[in-house]
This record gives sequence, structure tokens and C-alpha cells, in this order.
Amino acid sequence: MGQSRDLHIFDDAAGRAYPREVTAPQTSPNSEAVRPRPQAATLEFRSATKRYPGQEDAAVDGLSLTVPAGEICVLVGPSGCGKTTAMRMVNRMIEITEGDILLDDRSVRDRAPAELRREIGYAIQQIGLFPHLTVAANVAVVPRLLGWDRDRIEARVRELLELVSLEEGTAERYPAQLSGGQRQRVGVARALAADPPLMLMDEPFGAIDPINRERLQNEFLRLQAEIRKTVVFVTHDIDEAIKMGDRIAVLRAGGRLAQYASPAELLMYPADEFVEDFVGADRALKRLALQRVRDIDLWSAATVRSGEPVDEARRKIAEADIDMPVLVDDHGRPQGWLSERGFAGERVRPELRSRAEPLVELDDVLRDALADLIESEVHYSPVVDSGGRLAGVLSLEVISQTLHVPPERARTGPQLVDPAPGEDDAVSAEVEPA
Amino acid sequence: MSALLPLAQLEIRSRRGGTCESEDGFCPDWIADNLDRYVSPLLEHVVLTVASVGIGFAIAFALALLAHRREWVSAPVGALTSVLFTIPSVAAFLLLVPLTGLGVLTAIIALVAYTQVFLFRNIVNGLSNVAEETKDAARGMGLTDRQVLWRVELPLAVPEILAGVRIATVTTVNLATLAFFAGAGGLGAQIYTDITFRSNVVVAGGLAILLAAAFDLMVLGGQRLATPWRRATAA
Repeated sequence: MGQSRDLHIFDDAAGRAYPREVTAPQTSPNSEAVRPRPQAATLEFRSATKRYPGQEDAAVDGLSLTVPAGEICVLVGPSGCGKTTAMRMVNRMIEITEGDILLDDRSVRDRAPAELRREIGYAIQQIGLFPHLTVAANVAVVPRLLGWDRDRIEARVRELLELVSLEEGTAERYPAQLSGGQRQRVGVARALAADPPLMLMDEPFGAIDPINRERLQNEFLRLQAEIRKTVVFVTHDIDEAIKMGDRIAVLRAGGRLAQYASPAELLMYPADEFVEDFVGADRALKRLALQRVRDIDLWSAATVRSGEPVDEARRKIAEADIDMPVLVDDHGRPQGWLSERGFAGERVRPELRSRAEPLVELDDVLRDALADLIESEVHYSPVVDSGGRLAGVLSLEVISQTLHVPPERARTGPQLVDPAPGEDDAVSAEVEPA
Repeated sequence: MSALLPLAQLEIRSRRGGTCESEDGFCPDWIADNLDRYVSPLLEHVVLTVASVGIGFAIAFALALLAHRREWVSAPVGALTSVLFTIPSVAAFLLLVPLTGLGVLTAIIALVAYTQVFLFRNIVNGLSNVAEETKDAARGMGLTDRQVLWRVELPLAVPEILAGVRIATVTTVNLATLAFFAGAGGLGAQIYTDITFRSNVVVAGGLAILLAAAFDLMVLGGQRLATPWRRATAA
């Protein structure tokens, strides 16, 4: 059982498999010494517009949004919606024609492009590793441009390869000798090399097969929990957006912002039909991936120990949400659902109606927990905490109640876009504190 | 002496009857005794080749960088190099003599012109074949245009550039055998001193072939040393 749980944590496709507040993985004392303090910048688009000469429609039209420091902002939308253009305007790979983009309140237009770009991590779908340089030299490109000394570069490269889970032997290999997943990791390491306060990532996992993509996504989220960069992440995949984003900006053709909201907000209250279509008909199900079992109100069940007086047990059953008692051992760990036959005598006998399966954990993502219920063909199952003690009961009914959208918050019209400051509660409730 | 009459056929062997030499044959003994005759023409040939390819490379490199920056330069310069290459080599040498006189300079001018078709094209192609995403990543990381050129594009173009150098070198070794028309000596002049004597033709011609092969291997070796990443394949 424990083993399959572990697998679930890793296999978790859309859920935040790694809680945002995970502690940093152990690194060698040496690398701790050279690690610069994590820093992140606030990014603000102010009516940023890109108009190509001779084209009637703007590629990006008056885009205004703010990405708070340390958050991942996903730009998502159908092809041709200007999401990549918007991203490339940040490091001036594409010049803004109207409006402005501010990085920590400083306009990017006031900066020399090459100098600006060295402060911004850059990872693209095709990765663009330099084939003639070893992995180590690829990672060292920006530190070299910045004139770091040899020892510092060497230590930084070693630290980064460790950070993105690449073996040490990888450093001296050439990109042609790596697998797609390894190249992608090198690309991320290279983008992080100079510890930039902002990262731009254009479909960084787009060219990777689904299984490895998921692993890389999870790795990146875990990494981000540690380094807390401000990230602009471009994708056309709404599921990836929901998984990766603290905030999601949905763009529509012509580079106009359709909605800018947290994943939960987006799924519960799509601003208009376009967003509703784009997030998909199964948006209620997608929300399951955003919540953990511990986030919802579980049913309570009577916990009964073998040898306990039957009267006492019956009193507990009367107080519980459900009339099915759970037999627990001395440590409070559920053994199974107690059968009526167990109450035949003075004291409770361990007569089980069925075993306690499946066993859901509080940290499980709701989607996985639901899948467990369906697979085991049951309507409810015991939930245990990290110590294996019974914490409550999860049922299909509880899940469907959770998915209910309070009507007062439901969509009032297509004009509901940018969450106003006062309305932000729902956003921060879903997005764990930065 | 052959040096005084470069275009005249000159006997370099004994005409006494009954010997291998008198019958224009392939005579190992004669070759062994007369190898020193070929040292100087061989060195002249080496100088002609190295100077022509070297100067040719410098010119082609400059033109290719210009064409890389300014797209419109590429087509007309490329066409010009092709036109130059269609001029018959003997005609080129002879036509230049009235302008630059007999000598090494004249030969080198013509030979340099012939290298351009290989060098210019390969440098331009090498630079433009660098993957767009590689250049995009380089610029996106904050390399200036000059840094992109010298640190990314040129290193990645090395295989194609050196392929051009190899063809140019072998072709130049070959064309330089006609450089004696411009009075520049070389192995061609040595062949022409006694064109009916098989031993002479085989040794001088053979040296030209060996020289071409040696240059080719040298450049190839240099290329392998300069591009370790090309041999790196998935383990």
C-alpha cells in the first residue's frame, strides 16, 4: 500500500505533486556556500502592444498584467494568439511598439538588449543548446559573459547540474550525447545559470514525450518551490497551464487578454465563452487536480477498537456523519469497516464487513483519490494522515459537493476579467503563499 | 637550363641507345639518382598552393561575413565566383601575363580567383546552416551579434568551411600544375621539361597527387581536432 502511494505522488499528472512549501533537497555544503540568495523580480506589462508594419491586427494588443515576484505566470491560448510574442517582448527579442514592460519598476526599453537578456533566463522549446560546447560550457555561457571567475563558474555549473538532477558525468558530454529529457534539463540549468530574477520559458517541455514531460514538469515545480523565480511560461496546453501556473493569462487571437486569474478561478469562473471553451467542458474535473484531500470537508466516522464496550461504540456511531464504524488498531490505523456481527456481544469483536481499501491519504490530490474510489468500485473510503491514523472518510458525494460552484460567485457576464484587488481572496486561497 | 626556357621541352636525360632512359621508360634507377631535381619544383608548388588558398580564404571570409550581414551581397558575389571558375585556367594565366608579368604573383592571382567558388560558398552556407533555435537561444541569453558570430555561428560552420578549404586546396594543387604558363614554376613546369619521358611524368605527377592528398589529410586532421563535438554521438 505504501509503495503504491509513493508511485501516486510521482505519477500525479496535473496535481501539484510537490507541495509548494517543500524544503530544499539536501545539497553538498560546498554548493550551499556558492549559492547566491534567491531573488525574483516583479514583472508588469503596461498596455504592451506589438504591431508589425503592414498588418492590420496587432500581434499583441494592449496587454496589461502584473506577475508578482516569485510566481509562475502562464501565457496560454490557441496558436497565433501572440503568447510567444508577448513573452519575447520582455527580453526585447521582439521590440514593443506601444506601451511598456517593467521589470522591478524599470522599463525594459531603457536597457541595452544584450545586458537585459543576461539578467533574464531564457529557455525555448527547441532548447537551442550549442552543439559544439559541452554541457558544462553550455551552462557556463551567461556566467562567462558576465565575467565570473573560473572557480565560481565551475562551482555554479556543478551546483546547477545537481539541481536539475543530472549526473556529474554529464558535464563533459556534448548535447548530441544526451536524451531529450536530459537536454531539456540542461536547457533549464543554462537558463538559471546566472541566477536571473526572471525566467522566460517558451513551451519548454513541448517537444518531450508525455511521460517525461510530466516528470520534467514536476521537477520544475519542485525546483521552483526552492528557487522561487518569477517565471513567464508559454504553452498552448491548458492542462499544462493549470498545472504549472500560479496565475494564468488566457490570450485570444489578436493578442488580447481574455482572462488573467488563478487556475481555480479560471476553472470556476471563466470570464466568457471563449475562455470556457478553451479550458474545456471537463473543467469541473480539472479542478480536482488543484485540490488535495486535506483541503475539503471530510465525513467523520466512528473509530472503534476491538474489545471496546458495544454501548460506547454505538454512542460514537450515533455522533458520526455516517453510521458505518471503522475498526482501528491501537495506533488508530484503520483495519476495515466493522460488520454488525461485531456488536453481537458485550464487547466489540473484530468482525469485518470489508477491508479498509482503498486507503486515501490527506496529501493525495483529489483527482487521484477519486480515481482510487472508481477503480475499487466503492463510494467511500477511509482517509489517513501521514501517521496512518484515520482522519475521516472521503466519498463520491463529498467530492461532488466540493465541485459545486457557489452561485453568487458564478459568472455574471463576459466583462468579468482581471480579478480586482478585493476579489483576490479566491486567488490566494488556491495559490499557496509565495 | 629549364629555368631559362620554361615553355620549351627540354631533355633531362641521356639519349644513348638501348637504355631504359633512351626508350622513355619507367626507370627506378634513374628516378633514384635524380630525385633532387624535384625538390625545388615541389617547394614552389607548395608555396603556390598555400599562398593561394591562404589569400583566397582571407578574401572569401571577408566577403562571406559581409554577405552574412547583408543578404543581398550573397547572390551577386556567389555568381561572380562561379563565373571566375568557368574561365579556362590556361587562358587565365596567359591573359594575366600582360597585366602582371611573368611570375608567381600572376599565378597566385589566378589561383586565388579559382578558390573563391568553393570557399565563399561554403563559408556562407556554413554560417546560414546554423540552426535558427541555436542562434535564437544565443541572442536570448544576451550574446551580442559579434559574440553570436564568433562563439556560435563560426564554430558551428567549421565543418563546412573546412570542407570548402579541402576542395579548394586539392583543386589549387591541380591547377597549379599549369602555373608555369604564368612563369611560376612548380611541378607542372617539371613535367613539361620532358613530357615524353615516362619516369619524369610519373615522378612529377605522382608528387602532385601526393601533395594534394597530404594537404587534404592535414585539413581533415585539423577539422577533426577542431570539432570534437561532431564525433560525439549518443552513447
